[in-house]
Amino acid sequence: MTSRAVHDGLFDTRADGSIALIGGYSPSSRKYHFPLLTTCPYTGAADIERVELSTHGTLWGWTAVTAPPPGYLGAIPYGFGVVELPAEKLRVITRLTESDPTALRYGQPMRLVPDVLHTDDDGVDVVTWAFSSDTEPAARSTR
Amino acid sequence: MSTRVGIAGIGLHPFGRFEGTTVTEMGVVAVRAALADAGLPTEGRPPFQAAFCGTVYSGVAAGHKVLGSLGMTGTPIVDVEAGCASGGAALMLAAGAIRAGQYETVLVFGIEKMPKGIIRSSFFEPWREEAGLAATPSYFALRAQRLMRDSGVTKDDFAAVVVKNRGNGVDNPDAMFQKAVTAEAVLESRLVCDPLHLWMLCSPNEGAAAVVLRRGDHGIELASAVLRSHLPGSVLGEATPLSGLVDDDFPSPTTLAGDAAYEEAGLGPDDIDVVECQDTDAARELLAYQELDLCVPGEQAKFLDEPSVVVNPSGGLLSKGEPLGASALGQVVELVHQVRGDAGARQFDGARVGLAHTVGRGANAACVIVTR
Repeated sequence: MTSRAVHDGLFDTRADGSIALIGGYSPSSRKYHFPLLTTCPYTGAADIERVELSTHGTLWGWTAVTAPPPGYLGAIPYGFGVVELPAEKLRVITRLTESDPTALRYGQPMRLVPDVLHTDDDGVDVVTWAFSSDTEPAARSTR
Repeated sequence: MSTRVGIAGIGLHPFGRFEGTTVTEMGVVAVRAALADAGLPTEGRPPFQAAFCGTVYSGVAAGHKVLGSLGMTGTPIVDVEAGCASGGAALMLAAGAIRAGQYETVLVFGIEKMPKGIIRSSFFEPWREEAGLAATPSYFALRAQRLMRDSGVTKDDFAAVVVKNRGNGVDNPDAMFQKAVTAEAVLESRLVCDPLHLWMLCSPNEGAAAVVLRRGDHGIELASAVLRSHLPGSVLGEATPLSGLVDDDFPSPTTLAGDAAYEEAGLGPDDIDVVECQDTDAARELLAYQELDLCVPGEQAKFLDEPSVVVNPSGGLLSKGEPLGASALGQVVELVHQVRGDAGARQFDGARVGLAHTVGRGANAACVIVTR
């Protein structure tokens, strides 16, 4: 094993290396949430289904972090923002692969990618999720 | 008519960095000052029936250590943690207990000695820190950016807030920064998280504040002290979730607390003369204007130019720094000076009604109204 997730249960990793965020859906409240909980954070309903969230969305907010915050082991600067997933009516806090704020614009298409944070003491890559500018519409998921 | 609660005394340990001074010692200074200001004994048996201590980082039984240093134990001492609103939460509990007839005199104090730099909080799981999803200024920056988009404010307006508050801080001997700054210098300070520069962010620091509440008429009335938490949904709210809804149609914790505080006091935004609000970053103050109904969304810049009330005459957190447990009570100390008319060079003539606002992790928002 040469890589591991920064935390279990945040995303699925597929055979081709792509990832999908793991969220929850409550049929009774008809609301999605992320990360997956055992109850709906909007109604308290316990009818939670585990779902993979859309891997494509639009940019709703962004900045770049220019100094390493406490506990952070990755490179700086790094992009940070909010991506809106229209299918789920959800806004997700996320890293962005683009760390130059001037290179981004409101509403631009974004796609989910795995993002290596750092390599740990055992030489294992620690992976999290990030969103990247979606410049290849042809590759868009049909989900 | 509910029981009146008076603010009989106030006390402060300056906000700043005090190497070699413990958080307990700072608490002792503030408590003694407040008791003396209330005309109560500062030595001997406690002249209050209960004490509430707001603090976040001070550890187990921190309030007990302060009162233990004074030999003023034996009464209930309750430490209260509600993030940046801890002092406001303590005040709400104390006022409620007096109104319920439980106590006649209650000591409320807040103490803090913060680690330097970006606030680190056990609120975030270690993996969230490791992934870079726990940097408080980055959330402030996203909120500032959305405010720019939604209300038309600019970076220049953020700088203007800093210039105003740091200008006010010049006259506050208890503030961490007592030097005026120019807009140019603010905009030239290091970019922390676009659009926020270093000088647009307040400094976590150290300090203590105390308030003595007594049942009945004691000069300054505590007209309301309200704490509210968040409703689920906002991805940029102080609850700092990892996801939220695209639907924005719900009130913020500050709006909930503000509305409830106005109602409890039987007053409205038009009655307010002076405001101390949460300027943890410059954009946060502009957001508070609309959340507290001081101006309509989109008119922040106009309000800054021609304010209908005085905001952050103390210099705000941008001048004072933010010792979490003490900051809300520090605001109340300033408002009491203002409505008493003894705020010195910072005095806003004729101030009669003051509103204090804090909001932070939880989410927790507190609004406190004092009247003369």
